[in-house]
Amino acid sequence: MTYTKANITKRKFDVVIIGAGGSGMRAALELSRAGLNVASLSKVFPTRSHTVAAQGGVSASLGNMSEDNWHYHFYDTIKGSDWLGDQDAIEFMCREAPKVVYELEHFGMPFDRNPDGTIYQRPFGGHTANYGEKPVQRACAAADRTGHAMLHTLYQQNVKAKTNFFVEWMALDLIRDADGDVVGVTALEMETGDLHILQAKTVLLATGGAGRIFGASTNAFINTGDGLGMAARSGIALQDMEFWQFHPTGVAGAGVLLTEGCRGEGAILRNADGERFMERYAPTLKDLAPRDFVSRCMDQEIKEGRGCGPNKDYIVLDMTHLGVETIAKRLPSVLEIGHNFANVDITKEPIPVVPTIHYQMGGIPTNINGQVISQKDGINNAVVNGLYAVGECACVSVHGANRLGTNSLLDLLVFGKAAGRHIVEFNNRNKEHKPLPADAADKTLERLNQLESSTEGTYSQDIAADIRAAMQLHAGVFRTQVSMDEGVQKIAEIRSRVGSITLKDKSKVFNTARIEALEVDNLIEVAQATMVSAAARRECRGAHTVYDYEHPADHAEFPLGRNDKEWMKHTLWYSEGNRLAYKPVNLKPLTVDSVPPKVRTF
Amino acid sequence: MTKRTFQIYRYDPDTDAKPYMQTIEIELDGHERMLLDALVKLKAQDPTLSFRRSCREGVCGSDAMNINGKNGLACLTNMNTLKGVVVLKPLPGLPVIRDLIVDMTQFFKQYNSIKPYLISETIAPERERLQSPEEREELNGLYECILCASCSTSCPSFWWNPDKFVGPAGLLQAYRFIADSRDDATAERLDNLEDPYRLFRCHTIMNCVDVCPKGLNPTKAIGKIKEMMVLRTI
Repeated sequence: MTYTKANITKRKFDVVIIGAGGSGMRAALELSRAGLNVASLSKVFPTRSHTVAAQGGVSASLGNMSEDNWHYHFYDTIKGSDWLGDQDAIEFMCREAPKVVYELEHFGMPFDRNPDGTIYQRPFGGHTANYGEKPVQRACAAADRTGHAMLHTLYQQNVKAKTNFFVEWMALDLIRDADGDVVGVTALEMETGDLHILQAKTVLLATGGAGRIFGASTNAFINTGDGLGMAARSGIALQDMEFWQFHPTGVAGAGVLLTEGCRGEGAILRNADGERFMERYAPTLKDLAPRDFVSRCMDQEIKEGRGCGPNKDYIVLDMTHLGVETIAKRLPSVLEIGHNFANVDITKEPIPVVPTIHYQMGGIPTNINGQVISQKDGINNAVVNGLYAVGECACVSVHGANRLGTNSLLDLLVFGKAAGRHIVEFNNRNKEHKPLPADAADKTLERLNQLESSTEGTYSQDIAADIRAAMQLHAGVFRTQVSMDEGVQKIAEIRSRVGSITLKDKSKVFNTARIEALEVDNLIEVAQATMVSAAARRECRGAHTVYDYEHPADHAEFPLGRNDKEWMKHTLWYSEGNRLAYKPVNLKPLTVDSVPPKVRTF
Repeated sequence: MTKRTFQIYRYDPDTDAKPYMQTIEIELDGHERMLLDALVKLKAQDPTLSFRRSCREGVCGSDAMNINGKNGLACLTNMNTLKGVVVLKPLPGLPVIRDLIVDMTQFFKQYNSIKPYLISETIAPERERLQSPEEREELNGLYECILCASCSTSCPSFWWNPDKFVGPAGLLQAYRFIADSRDDATAERLDNLEDPYRLFRCHTIMNCVDVCPKGLNPTKAIGKIKEMMVLRTI
């Protein structure tokens, strides 16, 4: 069977949204309510999107538990980002936070409650009162199922708004015309195997992260960086891809996430000596220091021989002192995960945990409106017409070199809404669709037919496994220049083999083998972007720690290895030519004073 | 290494006139904790084997299927609990698209039909609507549903009338909103279930309670709705 131009169905919409997770659905809601003709595509049924797995909470300075305000949140996020976050975007997010969280509650979100009826908020890593003085309770929570509650609430509102969902449709490529404007996408209808062109005035990418480039991650099978692959293949740079967050508490051996909310409720990390070692590394915040920091400390403890277990290769998370009642009320899912994935009753014994890949700080560069931007004719933020990106797949950048917990669910709401609003305005001013170019589906046809015509070669998941092994080894918690350089070579070698993927199953109806093979095209873009960007950044910042450039906190020029003079800039990786470029970090907020860089200690 | 035998329901509409059970053997090395891990390995052996999956931790609801005669999630079914030959079939009663993948349209149609969203008559305040911890607790055992369809597809009443009986999952969600102190549409929601089929086909068979991977109790919620229906006619 061959895919041809003749048997492609064309449809026209005002907006096509790729991805129906938290950010995609928040945007879809805005657009559906405004009466636009929206197509919301998703590789899976919307409530299966990975937002559903988020546990801990969504941050907003509501001040329900103690004094709080958005200025503290703003400061915490900038410090958390190790000064790579753009301060205008961070101001916008933190200022909007209470509004979007209240709105979510109005949508019906079943937040936990305080005796006075207000939303319950728990402590979380890196969130402080009074500019780092002490932990503050800022994470609005629904038990340890906040992501589940949020995703279902957003889906419910979309059901009410009658959003047009295209379920189990996989977007394959962006369509750009001669002006470089995005005018639509190609997509595979998974149930029938048919290829479609969806023409739209605006395409919004909300495809989430790409944790599946790593061997062990907290991510779902579906997180293969599809939007990033699409953007990269169409000439758009990927920003800050070297920054990947290792979450401190993934269940050892299983990779399943145990929320930071455990530590928020009082859980303690212990080494083989039973010591609360975070007291040594972060005297003020201890176990609630930001995630990149805690992951490094755990790795350090293991490296220095104080790891737990027969192979001394994990740390334990101790919740035995929290009490059965607190755990049942605040951490019921964690209790289940302990049973299912570690054979541990967390009320009775500590649970083995290791730093596990969790979140991609980098992504498709956008401005505060969610519009995708590019470097063009000397301008760093030239808008790519017709294209927006939100959520984990985007890089605004609000998370910089490291994301604070609960700021992702917030990111989804704030920028999903902002992009939605901006698209509505754009749509009102632009009544006409731009015509599709003649070669609209050419790239996609080539990709599909290469698989159709393949007779011998490598199984796609073997290549994926090679990518995962390479990334796990060469882009881990602690990196070395030698290892990263090796990683660059290895990924380049694996990339040369992607073309030899063969598809044994060439059936049409719900062919998941074809989907998995197409996903590898996206995985390799993300992997190469990550490896090349990482090997080029010769400093330590946030989640990117390189042994070669480490320095103590009191080093005169490079405290903690951070080199602001040369490296306070965003990385941009282009797939074509496998080349790098850079652009400055925006240190100027929208209305308040800038937070100047300082040593990042806790 | 242990050799395990699987009997899996296969059906590719492109090539098969009708479905058939395929016996497959595979060597497991002990790292396959859950059934889903074994399925992924089976797919590496035979890429044509198709099934839905995503989170692998029991929260997304993608991989519900019939395992040795009982509905459940593949990612939460520990291989140690499956003795002997493992028989895998798609969720019962729904049309099969391919192998273990079913058409969920009827399931979601019933879910949509109960108006699964908060309906409030009052204008939203500047900040959150207040709700006491006790009122919030009423939602426990209701909001956690992952819409995996294990319950509805284990219910004989749903098998007989998927177009007329809402089914356990839909009714659990109907009660989730009835029970929410912030929702003002109780009367409307009860009216919505007022016919011989939508609610009252539940005969407390309780397969739903037996199979729910999240430990939820649709029968109890349905019982509460029935009670409300009766009380309001008195």
